[in-house]
Amino acid sequence: MGSSSQSVQAVDLSQLDAVFAKYADMANGSLIPVLQAAQDTYGYLPLKALETIARKLQIPISQIYGVVTFYAQFRLVPRGKHVIRSCQGTACHVRNSARILESLKSTLGVAPGGTTEDLKFTLETVACIGACSLAPVMMIDTDAHGRLRPDRIPKILDSYSN
Amino acid sequence: MTSDNTLRRLQRADDLDAMKAKVLPRIAIRKDPKAPIYEGVTHHVMICCDTGCTSSGSRKIVEAFENDLKAKGLDKSVEVVVIGCHGFCEMGPLIVIYPDDVYYVHLSPDNIPQIVDETIKGGKVVEDFLYKEAETLRPIVHYKEIEFYAKQKRILLTNCGHINPEDVTEYIANDGYKGLAKALSMKDNTDALLEEVKTSGLRGRGGGGFPTGRKWELCRNAPGDKKYIICNADEGDPGAFMDRSLMEGDPHRLVEGMIIGALIIGADEGYIYCRAEYPLAIRRLRLAISQAETLGLLGDDILGSGWSFHLHIKEGAGAFVCGEETALIHSIEGKRGMPTARPPFPAISGLWGKPTNNNNVETWANIPGIIRNGGAWYASFGTEKSKGTKVFALTGKVNNTGLAEVPMGMTMREIIFNIAGGIQNGKKFKAVQIGGPSGGCLPDSMIDRPVDYDSLIEAGAMMGSGGLVVVDEDTCMVDLARFFLSFTRDESCGKCTPCREGSTRMLNILTNITQGKGKPGDIELLEELARNIKLSALCGLGQTCPNPILSTIRYFRHEYEEHIFHKKCPAGQCVDLLTYWIDSEKCVGCGSCKKICPVSAIDGEKKEPHVIDINKCIKCGSCIEACKKYKAIFKK
Repeated sequence: MGSSSQSVQAVDLSQLDAVFAKYADMANGSLIPVLQAAQDTYGYLPLKALETIARKLQIPISQIYGVVTFYAQFRLVPRGKHVIRSCQGTACHVRNSARILESLKSTLGVAPGGTTEDLKFTLETVACIGACSLAPVMMIDTDAHGRLRPDRIPKILDSYSN
Repeated sequence: MTSDNTLRRLQRADDLDAMKAKVLPRIAIRKDPKAPIYEGVTHHVMICCDTGCTSSGSRKIVEAFENDLKAKGLDKSVEVVVIGCHGFCEMGPLIVIYPDDVYYVHLSPDNIPQIVDETIKGGKVVEDFLYKEAETLRPIVHYKEIEFYAKQKRILLTNCGHINPEDVTEYIANDGYKGLAKALSMKDNTDALLEEVKTSGLRGRGGGGFPTGRKWELCRNAPGDKKYIICNADEGDPGAFMDRSLMEGDPHRLVEGMIIGALIIGADEGYIYCRAEYPLAIRRLRLAISQAETLGLLGDDILGSGWSFHLHIKEGAGAFVCGEETALIHSIEGKRGMPTARPPFPAISGLWGKPTNNNNVETWANIPGIIRNGGAWYASFGTEKSKGTKVFALTGKVNNTGLAEVPMGMTMREIIFNIAGGIQNGKKFKAVQIGGPSGGCLPDSMIDRPVDYDSLIEAGAMMGSGGLVVVDEDTCMVDLARFFLSFTRDESCGKCTPCREGSTRMLNILTNITQGKGKPGDIELLEELARNIKLSALCGLGQTCPNPILSTIRYFRHEYEEHIFHKKCPAGQCVDLLTYWIDSEKCVGCGSCKKICPVSAIDGEKKEPHVIDINKCIKCGSCIEACKKYKAIFKK
């Protein structure tokens, strides 16, 4: 297992206090910002955290589950240390992003949505990151990598290996 | 550079003019090469650090400049300015050096010392780093002379790439918030302000093209004390990035537009709903809002007028359907972003049941110019029914990818062949997809018509947000339609049956066709489904999702027929219908294909023609790229 924040067993619920404090004055519509902040804290949304959020915001957990599963951003399982988002938007598609994704899949040995066994990388696809002029592109965490070629993928991944 | 803690609250409109007068001399050399040197700063180096250029490595260029200037003792006399999108993303990382207005492209960090020595210290232009005209290879020093820029009309992107987007004083020096000051001076006569917006002829830039003035009037006249305005910055349309570039390059323009709009509509609170995939845009907007609040341009008692307006940012959580306004409103409320039937329209009952007006980024950002210069000024650009300019994102198989602002009514051919520089690698133009998954494609025969809202609808496409994806002879139009359908199928919220089931059915048929399993009658079935879904789906996402299919069938029916009746993909893209071959006449047996093949499907002795085992081949195309020299490998 990776760092404690990734571990399913050890969810430190006190970390949520800061989140609640930040959004305390937002009477309405604070659920999504709170979920976003909670996910920033834990890397994913642990069930225990969702239960705490439900109690605190007085929203049924069923409704919270509905919101969490509706939006692409939220996830209920831990992710790798680095999140790779391979863009499959139109501009990337016509510049052969499918082959970039193939290269990522074979280099990492996981399918989109999957996480490598060492919890280093999670591979995802994204509909567009708005860097279309450099297609095909991918994002690793918050860095955009453009003008990709399948053979360059291993080297780019290596630079994130620590 | 002005740091935020030196910003003081402006008490009235005159203070804006005073601030402008104070800042202008500092940035004067960007506009006038003969302007007097201000506080010993002889040069400004403008470095584009938009998301596109950043991924091309522009942050390292900034670092290299800072280090080299410091080492050479020039850090006090040369100002390094991080700018937003300059437009010509293909050329990144790119810089402009003032006062000489020298434009350098495709830079790498090790070029920087030479630029500092020769251009900044020596006043000489380094030809190696200049942009070279595509056909003549003539180097061009001033970017304004490059066709990509020269053909544009920038009235909205005028600051983008020319000011530091994190410095509000530079925006003010370029007449920023002057429109707001003018609007506040007329705050007892907002009818006249609304009239300016109507006169401008501005239509919603998010896609639909509804007249903005009329939309505002509906919300303004709706009964209720509490009203909201929303900016839809959830640019989810793949292939579009003009809103991101605007927010990153000139965030205050959007903020100012929303403040003016709130005054006209009578709203006291607003939201910018921006997708989380745009972290830099969100950061810049937060900063812009806090600067505007500090200056008293936003918040309580704006510029001493007694009028107040508050603006918040909501981060989207990733759902394309939230571009639909009722879905977006539910998302701001913290719910699943699913659309609801209209009426009631948001103008009557929107966010938390209150009258709400929603426009996209480009629409709001056009407002400051319209109020400052008058509606008639704006209406002087464009065509009879589509006024002003439109920003297009140029992507796909064109030479010059980037951002271009042109007057409405320019032909698509000029946009693609003059501004975007034509098709890459000398290939043949096939079609341009406009309006994303809700839009349609235009073939060669349709691109000589002037581009405006109405002509595009007639041609079976739509303006959408303005993403232009150009495809060449190697793109299969059936596969392109399948691609869009797989996107809308994934993004369908599932609430209404026509969209949920219909998009799935259409996708299945398209997938079958691209895999060689198409049947006679499939085209007619697709057309029937498409017509019914257009009529019966609940929201814009479902109603427009058949457009890519209908327009590709309309203009490229023969490609569908080739797939269905002859099991052939004319573009050579649908892998199930292709086989890879080696031409034994051309193959010299160099072995480079054999080496690169990931599944060891290629065999052959050295210097003898090689062969592909079609049972092993996964049709990845690596071998074709490896054989560029001899061109012995082909697919059929």
